Amino acid sequence: MKKVTTAFIALLFLAACNGGKTNTVESSETKSLKGVISIDGSSTLFPLSEALAEDFRTTHTDVQITVGESGTGGGFKKFSRGELDISNASRTIKASEDSACKANGIEYIELAICSDGMAIVVHPENTFASTITVSELKTMWEPEAQGKVKLWSDVNSAWPKEELHLFGAGTQSGTYDYFTEAINGKAKASRGDYTASEDDNVLVQGIARDKLALGYFGLAYYETNKDKLKLVAIDNGNGAVLPSITTVQDGTYQPLSRPLFMYINMKALSRPEVVMFIEYCLNNANKIAAEVGYVPLPDNMMALVKQKFVARKSGSAIMGKNTVGMKLVDIISAQ
Amino acid sequence: MNNEVKKSFFNSTFKWIAISFTCFAMFVLLVLIISLGITGAARLGLDFLLNLPSRKPEQAGIYTAWIGSLWVLITTLLVAFPVGVGAGIYLEEYSKKNWLTNMIEINISNLAGVPSIIYGLLGLELFVRYMGLGQSILAGSLTLALLILPVIIVSTREAIKTVPNTIREASYALGASKWQTISMSVIPGSFGGILTGIILALSRAIGETAPLIVTGALTYVPFIPKSIFDSYTVLPIQIFNWTSRPQQGFVINAAAAIIVLLVLTFLMNAVAIYLRNRWQKQVRW
Repeated sequence: MKKVTTAFIALLFLAACNGGKTNTVESSETKSLKGVISIDGSSTLFPLSEALAEDFRTTHTDVQITVGESGTGGGFKKFSRGELDISNASRTIKASEDSACKANGIEYIELAICSDGMAIVVHPENTFASTITVSELKTMWEPEAQGKVKLWSDVNSAWPKEELHLFGAGTQSGTYDYFTEAINGKAKASRGDYTASEDDNVLVQGIARDKLALGYFGLAYYETNKDKLKLVAIDNGNGAVLPSITTVQDGTYQPLSRPLFMYINMKALSRPEVVMFIEYCLNNANKIAAEVGYVPLPDNMMALVKQKFVARKSGSAIMGKNTVGMKLVDIISAQ
Repeated sequence: MNNEVKKSFFNSTFKWIAISFTCFAMFVLLVLIISLGITGAARLGLDFLLNLPSRKPEQAGIYTAWIGSLWVLITTLLVAFPVGVGAGIYLEEYSKKNWLTNMIEINISNLAGVPSIIYGLLGLELFVRYMGLGQSILAGSLTLALLILPVIIVSTREAIKTVPNTIREASYALGASKWQTISMSVIPGSFGGILTGIILALSRAIGETAPLIVTGALTYVPFIPKSIFDSYTVLPIQIFNWTSRPQQGFVINAAAAIIVLLVLTFLMNAVAIYLRNRWQKQVRW
């Protein structure tokens, strides 16, 4: 028995040390670049960072990039302690987080990298709900609505007295946090009696089959299912706006769109591999953003972001400001 | 109804209730395993075990995750085994019954019920920040070791209690010292039980996510750790990440990764049972 146990343990160790193949692409020209880059922060940005790190790795095999998803706040906490090179954020840095950075002598560059938009959709045969106001959405989705708001007419008396079937993001998704914060005013505050799924395809199928349905999910999933669904324009007090790449990019679609940011530790930029990676991100973010379900920045905005990086302009111009309602062009040119 | 009939009626009723509860538990487990198998089996394969994480579900694998889990598990074992067993032996064999040992005993039992996230926060402050270990395997393992210590201590003590006092007395009668008695009679006599406790505790550790997320296990780690000071990820975190993604492909990956995790846990439990039986056969008094 002893032999068997020893052999088993030895086997495990072997596997742990150097087992299996690694997906390395040997390339002599980029071999010189070495190092570790640590990224953490918003789980919303995780897929984008992961994709960028994965692609960067194919040409720079010796640069080890790790990506965590502690959330925007958790990321900034580590960032302000100097534990991270890059912190992903789905909002701008808060004044308290900025002063924590200052206290530890950490300077940073704030770069917008892409936008995130959310669509409100109904069944294509739904003729009455073409626009919806933010307060109507709140009436529908706030926690107090549970068990009470059951009919379309409960939300707007002009709408029919028919059952309202709600579809939305599962509680584990960043979409859920974002939607509840933008509409109900508090992250994770939502009624619970709706069809919830982390799988946006389930929501698409559900709404496409139900004439009395209304649901929300990332704009990217609407784009690929246009024929089965109907978009609802949102009236935020300034007239109804339909979500689209354009209205998300110019910031007129509110409040269900927001820019996403990368914060980069200034000190890390003394390392060539970090500079290479950021340049790679800025050059490829637009391509990959569309692939992983975000709205890319318009080319002229991306050019501004690149300029800012080249100039190594530190600090945040929009720190602590509520970017809900702010146009992307204002946010980026403010930098 | 006379008394005899009544008795046998209750007897069989209770028996059937107990059987149906057992079946229910087995049924739930079976449904879980079958549904996982149906969803995830297609994705299982050498590629899945040896590929790095990726944004493309069909290319993504769990290579760094399961090796990270293994690193964490072995490091945890190396820390928790000597400390836990040592504490158990002290409390059972050496300590005198006074208010201090009573306090320690009560606190150890309480610690076994503390939610794992609390251990995570303790680990974050103590190991990651104060001791400056950073987001390393060592910091995560020390936290997990703390988490399973109470279980190991309690099971060690229970195992030692099964060694009859007559054995100790016989040992003393032969002129053995206390240490000789413990190392040559008590520990060999209870080692099966101690091992079982440790492996069951490790089975718990392998599934833990919360304390590791808090102490800095990452999600995307495209390389294998080379030392206990490296960054890492573990299976449950990879599973958690995949289940929260919208693409159906990742759900399949998650199911496949869960199968791997379950197989690992079953294997560990099987080893525990085997070792216990083996040791019990060796011990004859």
